[in-house]
Amino acid sequence: MESLYLIVGIAGQRVALAAHYVESVVEIDAVTPVPLVAAHIAGLAALRSRVLTIVDTHAALDLGRMETDEVMQAVVVTIEGHLYGLLVEEVEDVITIADAPMPVCAVLAPGWERAASGVVEIDGDALLLIDPAALVAGRIAMAA
Amino acid sequence: MDDLLQEFLAETREMLAAISGEIIAWEADPSDRARLDSIFRFVHTVKGSCGFLDLPRLERLSHAAEEALAEVRSGNRQPDVQLVNSVLAVIDRIGELTEAIETGESLDDEDDQRLILALEAGTAAPAAVPVTPQAVTGAPARVVSRSIRLPIDLLDRMMGGVSDMVLARNELARKLRDSMVDGAIEAAFERLSLCVAEMRDAITRTRMQRIDHIFSALPRVVRDLSAELGKSVALEIEGGDVELDREMIEMIRDPLTHIIRNAVDHGIESPDDRRAAGKPIVGRLVVSARQAGNQILIEIVDDGRGIDGDRLVTKAIAAGILSPEGAEMLTWPQKLALVFEPGLSTAQAISAISGRGVGMDVVRSNVERIGGLVDIESRPQQGVRLALRVPLTLTIIPALTVSGGGQTFAIPRSAIDEIVRATGDGVRIELLGGVHVAAIRGRRMPVVSLSELTHAPGRPSAAPTLVVLRPAGGALFALSVDAVHDHEELVVKPAAPAVMATGIYAGTTLPDNGRPMLLLDPAGIAAVSGVAAQQLAAVEAETEIREAAHLVQTLLFRDSDGVDRAIRLSVVERIEEVPASAARFTAGRMRIAHNGQLMPLVGHCDPTTRQKLRVLRISDGETQLAYAIDEVVDIIALPPLAGAAAQPGPVAGVVMVEGRQVELLDPHWLLAEAAGLPASPAARPTCLLTMADDPWTSEILRPLVEAAGYNVVLGCPSGDARPDVIIDTGAGAADPGADAGIPVVRLRSAPLPAGSNDGSIYRYDRTALLAILGEVTAARR
Repeated sequence: MESLYLIVGIAGQRVALAAHYVESVVEIDAVTPVPLVAAHIAGLAALRSRVLTIVDTHAALDLGRMETDEVMQAVVVTIEGHLYGLLVEEVEDVITIADAPMPVCAVLAPGWERAASGVVEIDGDALLLIDPAALVAGRIAMAA
Repeated sequence: MDDLLQEFLAETREMLAAISGEIIAWEADPSDRARLDSIFRFVHTVKGSCGFLDLPRLERLSHAAEEALAEVRSGNRQPDVQLVNSVLAVIDRIGELTEAIETGESLDDEDDQRLILALEAGTAAPAAVPVTPQAVTGAPARVVSRSIRLPIDLLDRMMGGVSDMVLARNELARKLRDSMVDGAIEAAFERLSLCVAEMRDAITRTRMQRIDHIFSALPRVVRDLSAELGKSVALEIEGGDVELDREMIEMIRDPLTHIIRNAVDHGIESPDDRRAAGKPIVGRLVVSARQAGNQILIEIVDDGRGIDGDRLVTKAIAAGILSPEGAEMLTWPQKLALVFEPGLSTAQAISAISGRGVGMDVVRSNVERIGGLVDIESRPQQGVRLALRVPLTLTIIPALTVSGGGQTFAIPRSAIDEIVRATGDGVRIELLGGVHVAAIRGRRMPVVSLSELTHAPGRPSAAPTLVVLRPAGGALFALSVDAVHDHEELVVKPAAPAVMATGIYAGTTLPDNGRPMLLLDPAGIAAVSGVAAQQLAAVEAETEIREAAHLVQTLLFRDSDGVDRAIRLSVVERIEEVPASAARFTAGRMRIAHNGQLMPLVGHCDPTTRQKLRVLRISDGETQLAYAIDEVVDIIALPPLAGAAAQPGPVAGVVMVEGRQVELLDPHWLLAEAAGLPASPAARPTCLLTMADDPWTSEILRPLVEAAGYNVVLGCPSGDARPDVIIDTGAGAADPGADAGIPVVRLRSAPLPAGSNDGSIYRYDRTALLAILGEVTAARR
């Protein structure tokens, strides 16, 4: 079964996102902060006439806050009818992988454990397959 | 062709298309309850609509089909092949008839009777039932309809596209300003800019509709129904200009009609029963819409016999919906909620109007589908109050933008009571046990600092502005903000769950600058900051409110001639921006046409010199006028007039605002002039209002009585001036005018009379009150 994956860099690691989640990749410059919100929500940004909720992927993985740059890259995904922008350090490519993802065969740090749904292999490298919904949910939903 | 009819035809056509699959599935398995229910709802809806559109043939057919299906639903009849065929034939016939109405042809009605007969149980004539509909002779000439139906998705995309265009225009405008281009380019850009703005207005309007759109059909429904049932019902409609998303309007149309029909059919008693119960003979039905927080609240209140919760329980047990053990656990509201269960009806007799228990389950499912809620409250013999709450999402709301801690937020205008500067007169901020409390002209309320609430770094402003908020169903509190910016109309969209989880936001919005903004939820702020629980010094505040009652909420504005003037806030319906092109000199005066309404325009400026007009809409409930202003300055509480005007005119007198003299407009004169009546006080009858110091009397009753053409005198009757009528709002006081032979109208604050010989009128019963005032005026002539 062939599937498309978007390979991005999060917290210095290359990870894969299932491409069917991904609407686009955009550059984000201005982010409106949302006071009192959970730590992994970096704020709101406009994608043309729509509002994106920006997710700090480092915070979602319990790795502390991301450093903020003037312009950041975000992967736009739709989860339960809401648009989110997942901040990533790097966007590599869209790749077709023939094999189905394999289960994770190691004990991961808790943050990664929540977000990883499997492992895919690209050119001999094993990449974690990240579930965008888990990144969006952050720590709260998983505790519940 | 009549709009309503047109709509009915379009709807029926759509429903027929949607239901054809159900019909086939039902044919395959006649015991399928879900299919049966949806077919039943279809014929029920058709029957309901036909009733008030006066389409007797369609009504007969759908009623017969409903009758037969109801028997199947109640288990009295088995759905055999003959029944299925007959029902299908009737549905086909309904389709043919609607098409015939559309093309203006006539169809032979001989077959109708045969179809109806075939539905009856035991008619052993299956062969006679035409399963295939009779072909309409010749190709029917299809009339091209002047309106089309569009999927909301498409409108959404158009709206999104136009919003993008506006943002791109704004960016281009900024770039043009920076790069000093020549005039020709700027003029061209200006033209483009205007087109974009117009287009956005138009497309926004395609999605928004006044709720009047549904409300306007109600008087007819009520009139016809009550005539048919021999009841008399006075319908009152309020808040028709609340705007709702078109999709929402469509979704609440049927539920609302069902509720109204139920209220008239089952709620309101016959005149004899009402007399026996000591109620006024005319039943009251009030339908109102208003914006409450981030929801639109539509209330339907009747003063009929109410819902018998215990009988509902008995029925639910009989129908197998509820076990007798479960029934004992139910609270009164839970018993009432049984009315929403499919297949339950409390009506003792089934009538052609409603009462098969189909209405209320449809009501609830339709409202819940758009994320709304239905609440029901009822006491036997006292009537029913049904509240539909539908979300604000995608509705445009007027908002105030404020900033605190360096960030800008929006606050829904509806929750704002007043705005004062913390350094202004009569405003003090006190520290009470570690929390800040504001005393604003005698009213005390807790203060929430926006920058502290949002944990903003840095010190809050030394001279903050207090925005006094009254959250829906909560107590007043003051939100302290660094600055108040502007009034804006914002399109509010739901925020992501993580953002909503903070509890202080109602949604997000995207203003023209392209940076998302958060809409604050006043009720949420009260809960999160803890002021909802505080209720500080409630008793003390209460006594001081009385003291403050002499102050009247007043809107201070810069008039279009540059002078600051004031007007009592209670007469200002809303503040709007209209394009200057809406103003025209027609039939002898300036008028504006806005949202399909024509109203006189008063003001000091020449509209042709401006692009946009900001107007105050002044209304007494009937007459409306627009008053052109430059901008709103503040909303303040002011004492009564310091000096009356020398001559009657648009200015009532002078009030003192922070040591300055400000002219206070006379809404009465303005409205009288707008209504085309010369306001000559001498020719008017006099009305004495007894409770001079009651704020309700002076602020709410008085304008109404004045609008009815009276001069108002407050207080006790004095010897020399004999009033023409006395309105007594004091409960149980001695009859002040009995000996003088002056008619006295007693108003009571309870909706229901105290007893059968209580001749008083409920104080919001405008119809009855105006009728009496009218009689007095007529008798005087």
